[in-house]
Amino acid sequence: MRIELVPRAEPKAWARALAPVAALVVSFAIAGLVIWGMGRSPVAAFQVYIVDPLMDPWSLREIAMKATPLVIIAIGLSYCFRANMWNIGAEGQFIVGAIFGSWLALATHGTDAGMWVLPLMMILAMIGGALYGAIPAFLRVRFGVNEILTSLFLVYVAQLLLDYLVRGRWRDPMGFNFPQSVVFDTAATLPAIAGMGRVHIGVIFALIAVIVTMIVLGRTLFGYRLRVSGDAPRAARFAGFSQARTIITVFCISGGLAGLAGIIEVSGVLRQVQPSISPGYGFTAIIVAFLGRLNPIGILIAGFIMALILIGGENAQILLRLPLDLALAFQGLVLLCVLSADALVSNRLRIVRARA
Amino acid sequence: MTTFEAILFTIVMASTPLLIAAIGELVAERAGVLNLGVEGMMAMGAVSAFVGAFLFESTWIGIAFGMMAGGLMAALFGIVVLGFAANQVGAGLALTILGLGLSGVIGAPFVGERLPPTPRLEIPLLSDLPILGSAVFSQDIFVYISLLLVAGVAWFLMGTRAGLRLRSIGENHASAHSLGLPVLKVRFMAVVFGGICAGLAGAYLSLVYTRFWAPNMTAGRGWIAVALVVFAAWRPGWALVGAYIFGAATVLQLHAQAAQFGLPSQFLSAVPYLATIIALVILSARRGSSGVGAPGSLGQPYVPDR
Repeated sequence: MRIELVPRAEPKAWARALAPVAALVVSFAIAGLVIWGMGRSPVAAFQVYIVDPLMDPWSLREIAMKATPLVIIAIGLSYCFRANMWNIGAEGQFIVGAIFGSWLALATHGTDAGMWVLPLMMILAMIGGALYGAIPAFLRVRFGVNEILTSLFLVYVAQLLLDYLVRGRWRDPMGFNFPQSVVFDTAATLPAIAGMGRVHIGVIFALIAVIVTMIVLGRTLFGYRLRVSGDAPRAARFAGFSQARTIITVFCISGGLAGLAGIIEVSGVLRQVQPSISPGYGFTAIIVAFLGRLNPIGILIAGFIMALILIGGENAQILLRLPLDLALAFQGLVLLCVLSADALVSNRLRIVRARA
Repeated sequence: MTTFEAILFTIVMASTPLLIAAIGELVAERAGVLNLGVEGMMAMGAVSAFVGAFLFESTWIGIAFGMMAGGLMAALFGIVVLGFAANQVGAGLALTILGLGLSGVIGAPFVGERLPPTPRLEIPLLSDLPILGSAVFSQDIFVYISLLLVAGVAWFLMGTRAGLRLRSIGENHASAHSLGLPVLKVRFMAVVFGGICAGLAGAYLSLVYTRFWAPNMTAGRGWIAVALVVFAAWRPGWALVGAYIFGAATVLQLHAQAAQFGLPSQFLSAVPYLATIIALVILSARRGSSGVGAPGSLGQPYVPDR
C-alpha cells in the first residue's frame, strides 16, 4: 500500500479558507503531545498559553502591543511574498528603521523641539527600512543574486550595527555604563491611547496598514499586477509588467513598513535604544503572513494569534516553568503545518493498494 | 607549534563544520531540493550531540545522536516538501525556526556544563609534514571525515550511475520520472543525507569547537553553508575551497579583534556576513542572472503525473 499525491482539478474556496484553521488545530495537537511527553499537563498549558491571556484585560493590552509590530511587518512582507520575492530579512529592516528614527530622537534630546519630532522620526524610519530592504532587491535585479541569502545576512549586519551604536556613541553617559541610550523625551515618545494603559497609538498604524493594503490590492493597478504576478508569473511577463520595478517596489514597501514597526517598538514600548530591540518580530512576521494567507484581514487575525502565543509563552515560563523557546518551536511547527495544509488544498492524498 | 601553524589549525577547525554542512546541502540541492533548514538541523545536531556525549560520557554516542537528530529533522522536512509537495523555501525557514526553538528547549538543562576535550588523531607520517602536518593531520576525527566526505561525494556524483541518476533528477524531474527513475525516493534520501551532515556539523560545534552548549550557538553557520553551495556552483571541490576561505575570514577577523586595530569589534564580526554577500554578488554577476550551474528543478515541488 502506498500513499500518492494527486493534483485537484479545482481547489475548493472553503478549503483554502479553512486550511490555516486546520493547520493551527494540528499544531496545537502536536504541541500538546510534546508537552505531555515532557511530563506536563497539556490542559494546564493550553489554559496558560491561550485561555488565561484572553480573559485578562492587562494581557489583552499586551497582546495588542505585541501584535502591532507583527501585523505591520507581515503586511509589508505580504507584498514581497505575493510577488514571489523571499524577503526574510525584515528583522534587519526593522532594526535599521529603528536606528534611523532613534537618531532624530537622540539628536533632539534635551532640546525643546516640539510636535514635529515624532512624525519625522517615523518618516526617517520608513526611509531607513526601505533603503535597507532595497539592497537585496537591487542585488537581485542588477546581479541576479539570490535575495533569500542576502536579506538574511543583512540581519546579522544590522544587529551588529545597533550593538555598536548602543555600546558606543549612543550610550547614555549617565547610565552607569549600561549599554543603553537615554530615555527618549516626551516629544519623541509615542503617546498612549487614553484609557488603554500602556497601549500606544502604534496600534492604529497597524490598522491603517491593513486598510491601505486592502485598498491597494483591491482597487489599484499595482495591486492587480501583484496578484497576477503571484498567481500567474508567465502571464504577468507577457502582459509587459516590469519585473525589476516590481521587485524594487515590493522590497521598499516591505522594508519601509518593517522600519516603521521598528521605530514604533522603540518609541512606543522601550522608549530608549537597547542592544536588542526585537525578540525576532521580523521572523515571526513571516509566519503571520503565511498564517494569514497574505490577506490583510487574515494577517490581522494571524498577528493577534501569534502575539497571544508569545504572551502565553512568557506566562508559561513563569507559571509552568516551560522554556520560552517552546513558543519559538511552536512557531516553526505552525509554519510547517500551514504550508502542508496549503499544499493539501491543491493536491489530495490517495491511498493506492499494492499493484501486482 | 608556531603561531602560523596555530592559526592554520584554528582555520581548519572553523572551516570544518561549514564544509560538512555545505556538502550535505550540496547533495540535497543536486537532487533538486532546496533545504533552507540547515541552521535548524545544525542546532538540533549540536544540542543532541552534547546531550548524548554528556549523559553517556562518549564522544561517539554524541556524534551518533547529532547525526540522528539532523537526519530526523531532514526526514520531517522531506515528508512536508516531498510527501505533501509544500513550498520548499517556506518549509526550510520553518525547519530552521523549529530547530532553533526545539534545541533551546532540549538544551536548557545543560547550560553551563562542559565536555572533556576530544582526543586528537595524529595520522602517521602525514602528521610529520611541515606546517600541514600540525594544522591538518593532527586534528580530530571530524576533520578527516569532512575531507573524506568531499572526496566521496565528488566521486559519487560524478563517477557512479547512482550519482548520475541523482543529478538527472535534480536537473529535470519530469524527464527523470518518464525514464522510470524514482524521483521522490532519491530526493528523500538526498535530503536525509543532507540532514545527517548538518547534524554532524552541529555535533562538531558542541563536541569539539566549544565543548559546551549555548542557545543559538550555530550563529548563522547553517546559512553560510547554504551560501557556500551557491558559491561552489554545486561542485564539491569548490565547496572545500569556499569553506576554507570563509573559515579563514572568520578566524582572521577574530585575530584582528584581539590585535585591536582601532576598528570596532562589531565591524569585524560583520566581516564574514558581508564577505558572503560580496562573494555571492561577484559570482552571480559573472555567471549572469540565468543562474548557470544551479540544478534545473531546484526548489520546485514535484507531483508526479500518472
